[in-house]
Amino acid sequence: MGATGHPVAGRDGLAVLDAEEIRRALTRIAHEILERTHGGDGVVLLGIPTRGVPLARRLAARIGEFEGVEVPCGSLDVTMHRDDLRLRPARALGRTDLPPSGIDGKTVVLVDDVLYSGRTVRAALDALTDLGRPRAVQLAVLVDRGHRELPIRADYVGKNLPTSQREVVHVLLAEIDAQDAVMISDEGRPS
Amino acid sequence: MKRHLISAADLSRGDALLILDTAEELASLADRPIKKLPTLRGRTVVNLFFEDSTRTRISFEAAAKRLSADVINFSAKGSSVAKGESLKDTALTLEAMGADAVVIRHSASGAAHRLAGWVRGSVVNAGDGTHEHPTQALLDAFTIRRRLKGATARGTALDGIRVTIVGDVLHSRVARSNVLLLSTLGAEVTLAAPPTLLPLAVDTWPCAVSYDLDSELPKSDVVMMLRVQQERMTAAYFPSVREYSRRYGMDTARMAKMPDHAIVMHPGPMNRGVEIAAEVADSVRSTIVEQVANGVTTRMAVLYLLLGGTEFPEVAP
Amino acid sequence: MSDSWLIKGAQVAGLGAADLLLAGGTITAVGAGVSEAGAQVLDASGLIALPGLVDLHTHLREPGREDAETVETGTRAAALGGFTAVHAMANTEPVADTAGVVEQVWRLGRAAGYCDVQPVGAVTAGLAGTRLAELGTMADSAAHVRVFSDDGRCVADPLLMRRALEYVKAFDGVIAQHAQDPRLTEGAQLNEGEISGRLGLAGWPAVAEEAMIARDCLLAAHVGSALHVCHVSTAGSAEIVRWAKSKGWPVTAEVTPHHLLLTDELAVGYDPVFKVNPPLRTAADVAELRRALADGTIDCVATDHAPHPVEAKETEWSEAAFGMTGLETALRVVQQAMVDTGLLDWAGVADRMSVRPARIGRLTGQGAPLAVGGPANLTLYDPAAPAEPVSAAGASKSRNTPFAGMALPGRVVATFLRGTPTVLDGKLA
Repeated sequence: MGATGHPVAGRDGLAVLDAEEIRRALTRIAHEILERTHGGDGVVLLGIPTRGVPLARRLAARIGEFEGVEVPCGSLDVTMHRDDLRLRPARALGRTDLPPSGIDGKTVVLVDDVLYSGRTVRAALDALTDLGRPRAVQLAVLVDRGHRELPIRADYVGKNLPTSQREVVHVLLAEIDAQDAVMISDEGRPS
Repeated sequence: MKRHLISAADLSRGDALLILDTAEELASLADRPIKKLPTLRGRTVVNLFFEDSTRTRISFEAAAKRLSADVINFSAKGSSVAKGESLKDTALTLEAMGADAVVIRHSASGAAHRLAGWVRGSVVNAGDGTHEHPTQALLDAFTIRRRLKGATARGTALDGIRVTIVGDVLHSRVARSNVLLLSTLGAEVTLAAPPTLLPLAVDTWPCAVSYDLDSELPKSDVVMMLRVQQERMTAAYFPSVREYSRRYGMDTARMAKMPDHAIVMHPGPMNRGVEIAAEVADSVRSTIVEQVANGVTTRMAVLYLLLGGTEFPEVAP
Repeated sequence: MSDSWLIKGAQVAGLGAADLLLAGGTITAVGAGVSEAGAQVLDASGLIALPGLVDLHTHLREPGREDAETVETGTRAAALGGFTAVHAMANTEPVADTAGVVEQVWRLGRAAGYCDVQPVGAVTAGLAGTRLAELGTMADSAAHVRVFSDDGRCVADPLLMRRALEYVKAFDGVIAQHAQDPRLTEGAQLNEGEISGRLGLAGWPAVAEEAMIARDCLLAAHVGSALHVCHVSTAGSAEIVRWAKSKGWPVTAEVTPHHLLLTDELAVGYDPVFKVNPPLRTAADVAELRRALADGTIDCVATDHAPHPVEAKETEWSEAAFGMTGLETALRVVQQAMVDTGLLDWAGVADRMSVRPARIGRLTGQGAPLAVGGPANLTLYDPAAPAEPVSAAGASKSRNTPFAGMALPGRVVATFLRGTPTVLDGKLA
């Protein structure tokens, strides 16, 4: 898929969300976060690399727009806590960047692009435990595609996307992929 | 990355950057309340140290434990022959213990190579005779990158950085590994030493050579001092400690000839007053203390990259 | 069945395909169409007939290191390699510096019966390099010693070397020097060069050999006595020998098979099977040594067969013993390095591996060209045998061959010692 081109149906799959729908979903999630946390009080947004990070930043920006509240934002790499490390060669680590105010006593909202088996989130919870003691942890995802293997659920969901396990969901974000879209296809894309 | 880390030549530029960037991520671990990651839980790392080296052994031990690996320390002083058990028999014992990785320090060049032929796990060379000490070179490269590039270090190599390595190159495993690794990362390396302390074929190495330290100082971003052993004097490598110090020692006068941003490094342990003056070792330009801390994070990165993923397929080393 | 043998159709130098009749320990007929009723017949068509090979430099390790080799196992290996005589070096335990030890080694050789064992006497007592050993007594003993060497060590003291050279003139002896300046090679592990610098192994500089050879050639010329230079390993050494010979000085020299084929590049994996003294050198040295052997500057090939037990080689490089075995592979290596490259023909091989070594060793009854009346010492070799990888397991007790797994051409088919076969069809008879 060319970085500058439009998605081509068939090669990269079918677009199930376009840029406009993503924009609306994020706006809705931002409002929901504000509602459920009493105006973003004590909230810290932590994006899970790679694509959770720009999503977290976008949410922080919206919350700032709507309410004038500065929500601290950072990233949490979960590689070292994954349960599937031994299935592939050792992989490069993503950045862990906690905001200076830390996470102790805060409501941490983990942000990721796709919620699938739940194992990434489980790893994130373990990573968080080693970093401090949040008051509460919530989860915001752009896409929930089902097929959970652990008792994990998202608090905020952009779109529920029923999929078969043969399918692959690609989230494309302008900060990384030069466009916004959510695609479904039958082949894998190397991550 | 290959299964073993025996020589700095085993690392491509991509491998070396991966290690440095991974170490960069792991460095923040030291500031956290829980200085531990679960990644190597259930894996066994054996420290096989035939030469005394508390400093390096502790560094590897801390690195392995911070990744939750089990550590077994095996200290065997003297040569294998003097001890009675051969290196091969020791290797077979480690196999039976199920070592996933063996970190070996030995007084014989090539010991790590031989060990790699007898164990199934990964072999990390912590210094073999006068051959190589690749993790030292990695922590040195990491230190240089951090000090000279600061926040912009991540993802970058050492292109164009000028490093002068001073001292007994002929007998230095640190020098060999550093010349290889630093040039892989794009640095310009110069060796400064008396001719007697340079290998005969040094002109085939990827570096320049100078007999005159003073002329190299103003052009250096990094000056790395090597330890000089007093025993070299009796073997006629140089006439006296005094003359060596005068011509190749780093003192405050020489330090003043270096550019303002330039740093002084030393792998330790130091001979204060021989190759390096006390004031230099304690100055703000010196990276000697942070090299120790960086040693733990770099070694964590190496152990993670060797053991943190799939088992390597059964190939002959 | 009589004890005589009729060798049919072998390639004999100067004659082409010929028959040879061996009877009563001598060659009684050579030519075409020889026949003899009652003789055992060996079809040697396609095989090269060489006078029995003579090794000027072998370590049989007995007495003292029978865990590595004995006279019996070593001479078996020699016979399989086509040798009918070997010179057993003196660095045994105890050192062969008295009539007692040399006579013991000589008798062990006769008892085993696989090839003639000519003991070499030490130059200095105990190989310590401080005073002469009883050279005359060893010469007069039943072992009839003529070659004297401290091999393993160098006779470094110039005065002692001079005295030794002078002393042996009385009985037509020759001093065989292991040329290695001890001060320049303290702790040396490998040829000093690019590889040693990269591997962090102490270097063994070529000059330590060359300077010693130059000194010894001048001494030999000065006192008018015979000098033999063991295992020449560098291009510079070959040049110095050439210079000495051009002056008409009484200098001879030998080269090992491994120095004709292998270089220090092989040390890169730190496998001590490639650790030897003098060390493997560079490709340029190998090329010059081949040329020097071809033009006769180097007189002969000598194996320096140095067996070691497994534990001495299965260890770190710096702890490992120096030395390689070589008796069983020598002729095949020479074929690969010299004959197949067109540098030497089979007549040349006969000269360098039999005639000249016997002459230098002052051996009677060995190294004689294949002719009527000559001793029936001969080797039958098949140069066209398919190249087989060398096995580490041979007749020698030790396994430290650098050629293990390497495909080398040729095969020794038969060896005859004074008319009796020691090897038939490539196996001990």
